[in-house]
Formats: sequence, structure tokens, C-alpha cells
Amino acid sequence: MNDNISKVDTSTDIVYDVQGLNLWYGDKQALQDINMKISKNKITAIIGPSGCGKSTFIKTLNRMTENIPEVRTSGKILYYGDDIFAPNVRAEELRSRVGMVFQKPNPFPKSIYENVVYGPKIYGIKNKKLLMEIAEESLRRAALWDEVKDRLQENAYGLSGGQQQRLCIARALAVQPDVLLLDEATSALDPISTSKIEDLVLELKKDYTIVMVTHNMQQAARVSDITAFFLLGEVLEFGETESVFTAPQDKRTEDYITGRFG
Amino acid sequence: MDENVKWNHGFKIDIDKHRVSKRVNLNNRVKNIFAFSTLLVMVVLVVLLYDIIRESIGWLNWEFLMKNLSIFPEKAGIRGAILGTLYLMVIVIPVTLILGVATAIFIEEYAKDGLLQRMIRVNISNLASVPSVIFGLLGLTFFSRALGLGSSILAGGLTMSLLVLPIVVVAAQEAIRAVPMFLREASYGMGADKWTTIWRVVLPVALPGILTGGILAISRAIGETAPLVVLGIPTLIMKIPTTLMDDFTALPIQIYYWTLDTVLTPEYAYLAAATIVVLLITLFLLNFSAIIIRNKFQKKL
Repeated sequence: MNDNISKVDTSTDIVYDVQGLNLWYGDKQALQDINMKISKNKITAIIGPSGCGKSTFIKTLNRMTENIPEVRTSGKILYYGDDIFAPNVRAEELRSRVGMVFQKPNPFPKSIYENVVYGPKIYGIKNKKLLMEIAEESLRRAALWDEVKDRLQENAYGLSGGQQQRLCIARALAVQPDVLLLDEATSALDPISTSKIEDLVLELKKDYTIVMVTHNMQQAARVSDITAFFLLGEVLEFGETESVFTAPQDKRTEDYITGRFG
Repeated sequence: MDENVKWNHGFKIDIDKHRVSKRVNLNNRVKNIFAFSTLLVMVVLVVLLYDIIRESIGWLNWEFLMKNLSIFPEKAGIRGAILGTLYLMVIVIPVTLILGVATAIFIEEYAKDGLLQRMIRVNISNLASVPSVIFGLLGLTFFSRALGLGSSILAGGLTMSLLVLPIVVVAAQEAIRAVPMFLREASYGMGADKWTTIWRVVLPVALPGILTGGILAISRAIGETAPLVVLGIPTLIMKIPTTLMDDFTALPIQIYYWTLDTVLTPEYAYLAAATIVVLLITLFLLNFSAIIIRNKFQKKL
């Protein structure tokens, strides 16, 4: 095993191999025996009713659950073959490879420029010209550059909700991750902003592996390649999005995606 | 048809509509009580200010601020006391801000939420309400006697720092706690460690709250008399202090001793009033700057 997760071999097609993952909040088990392979340059959608463990699962992928007290996990999550829970793997290093975008747009109360270069700056990049290049490239990839190129020094809170969320995507991209985790990233946005982000995600798939939690069935069907259906902390269904939506194996999956519960 | 039935749209439960006017009346009466309380406070303040300002007229002038102390009222000035208060702040401001913010960061960000942390929290809040004389005694025992600092600026400054430290800690704790969790998450999500997140995200957002608390603490330290009296800070300082180990006097001490001696020298009352005006203006300016700082930063968010 590699000592340093930054030097892992990224040539294989399986980015994440989750093996028998369990997670408890105190005494309450939130995830039960999750087994899942997440493929490179694919969009994996996680769907399921509220409280089924979708968000918990996605936050385990970059060890964000560690910030919550009383969380225990067992099982393995292999990231390009390396167990992310191994003692020699630092959460900070993992997160520099696995970016995250949250439900509510959460830009820092700084300028647009400062938001994007936050990551590069904490990794020690000081060269102004280089930072500007990273900012432009990240904002272009997040399809925001044309809207903000003349107001980079303005406060990010002056942007609309949809723009703020794309800024958060740009900020995550500036760290140059391989994987992007989207935790219900469009649930606080209007339909137009949502469709912009969906287009963006489809574009980003060429360079990144994307895992997205969504409450929106149509979104999962439109955007994702692979869908996982979570219920009560378990994966009931996992497979190609088309087959999950057209021919679900489990009755409960069918009930959920046809809107009978959830 | 009586009114009650007319308004009763077929409900079985009868609601007494006359209560509406009772509630409106009660609201008016309560409002008057609140207005009266406010007025009372304002009147007391105005009377106090009027009395002090009236007594200080003719005594408060530039010369009074720039002259050294004298036992003759006509020759007395408060230059020494003003400088003493400034020197005191040279110690109080850095000591309380650094120690206070560091303590608040530890409690809020690093310490686990256990029994010990809760006990520390409660006790810091308790410390904020300990009478200032007690801090004076602590300063006398520890700084003046045990460390041999006597009644120097250093002894006074450190004692004052201890006195207002809890205020800064509590204010900084609240400011840090008010920083939204989602901002920290954004930083952690990009691989930032705890200290980077605190330094680049939490502290900048919490800064206005911390500064406001800091300025309020400093106002308290400028006005405090008791701890300095206990430390035995002399009033009759003919020599202007030049180092932190020199004896000094401060504005509240000066006021205190002058009011004590008004029986023998009635003019001292006017000198005290003039000094009070100086102290009040200083406090007003400090509080005003606290408000400016708060507003300036809040607009950014």
C-alpha cells in the first residue's frame, strides 16, 4: 500500500470500492453493509427518501463524517485500491483529491477571486499570476467565467444562488480533485439554475468522477450513468441508471421512483 | 340581535370578542410602562451629565489636560493620569486580546464537548461577575508582592487584564460560535486542516464580534477604580512614568482621590468633575468605535 494517497495510481477504472461499510451515530446505525464500486468518469446518483443515509454515505467518501462526534465506522472504502480509513491516510490529503459541493451554496464572505483561490492558497501557491490562471481556468470549467470576469473583486454574496453554487464548484475544482461529490447541490436552486448545473455536471464528467446525492428523480434519470437506491441505510438497488429506472429489481425501488412513497 | 351571535359563524364555542378591546388596552398600558422606564433612565443620565458638566466648566481646558499634578487646584492638571491610563492600555489590550482569543479558540474549536469543557465555560462566565476588588486583592498578592512588581504600571496592567479577560473570552466564544458550520465545512471539504480553517475562515468572520467585545472590555478597564486602589496606586505622582516598572496614576484613581479630599479643598470637586468629563468622552469614543467596527464588518456579510 502507498504511504501517500496523493501518489496513488489513477489509471484503473474503479475509483471507489466500498466493501462492507457500516456507520453508526452513537447507537443508531445509519449505514448497513454497503458494497459499491464507483467508476471513473461516470456520474453516480444516490437516491432515496430523507434519512436513508445518502448524505451520510457521500460524506464518508471524503471522511467529512469524522467532524461529527460519536460517529463510528467499520468496513473498507478503497480509493484506487487504498483504504481511506488506514492510519497513514490523512483526511486532508484525501479531501484534496475528492472535492465536495454542499446542499446550500456556501461561499466564503470574501471576493469571488478569493473564494476560488482559497484552496490553491492553502496548498502554498503564492504566485499571483499562477493564482489568477487557476481562478480563470476553474471559473471557466464551472461555466461562470463570462458572468463574473469583470467583477472578480466583488463580494461573492452579491451573486445569485445558482451563481454561488457554481462558484462553489469552481472553488472545489481549483484544488484539482479527481472526484467531485455533490450533496443535493441543486436542491436549494430554481429550475433554471438547476439545469445550468446539470449541464455543467455532464460537461465535467469528461475530466472528473462525480457522485451526486439527489432528491430529484428526474435529475437522477437525466444526468447519471449509474444509480444507487438507498433505503434505511441499505443499498437496495445499484446499477445502470436506465435499468434501475425502467426495470427495478426491488418492488420498493419501483414504489419510490414512481412516487408512491418518499 | 346581539353582537356576539352576529359574529358567530356557526361555531359551537363562543369566543368573547370583547376581549379584543381589553387586549388592545393592555398593550397600550404596557407600552406606557416601557416608555416611562426609558424616560426615567434618560432623566437620571441627563441630570448626572448636566451636574458634572456644569461643575467642570471653567476647569476643563487644554491646559488642564497638559499640566502635571499639583496640590494647588489652580495649578493641577491630569497629564500624568491620562498617560497612566494610556500605559495601562498598552498592557491590557495585547494581553487580553491574545490570551482571550486564544482561550476562546481552544474552548470552541479544539476542546471536546465534555464535562471539563462545560465546567471551564461556566467558570469563565462566573469570573466575569466576580467583584473587581477581588481581582485587586489577587493582583496585590500575586503581581505586587509575590512577583515584586509593586504598584508599577506592569502590576496594574496585569491585574486589569485579569479583570477583563473573562469579558473578552466570553465575547470571542460567542463570536466564534456564531460562525456558520457550513463555512467551516467548505474549508474542510477542500482539505484544509483545523488551524488553516480557523485562521482563514473562522477568525475573519468572527472578528467584528471579537473586536466589539474587546473594546467593551477595554472601556471597563479604563473606568475601573477598585483594583487600582487595592494595589495602592498612588495619586500624587509628580514624575511622569517612562517605563513599565514606574509608579503611575490613572484617571479613575485621580477622580477617586480628589473626591475624597473635597472637604479640605472644595475646588477638588471641580477638578474631579473635569476629569470625569474626560473619562466619559474617552469611553464614549471607545464605544462609538466599537459600533463603527461592528457595522463596517457586518455590511460585508
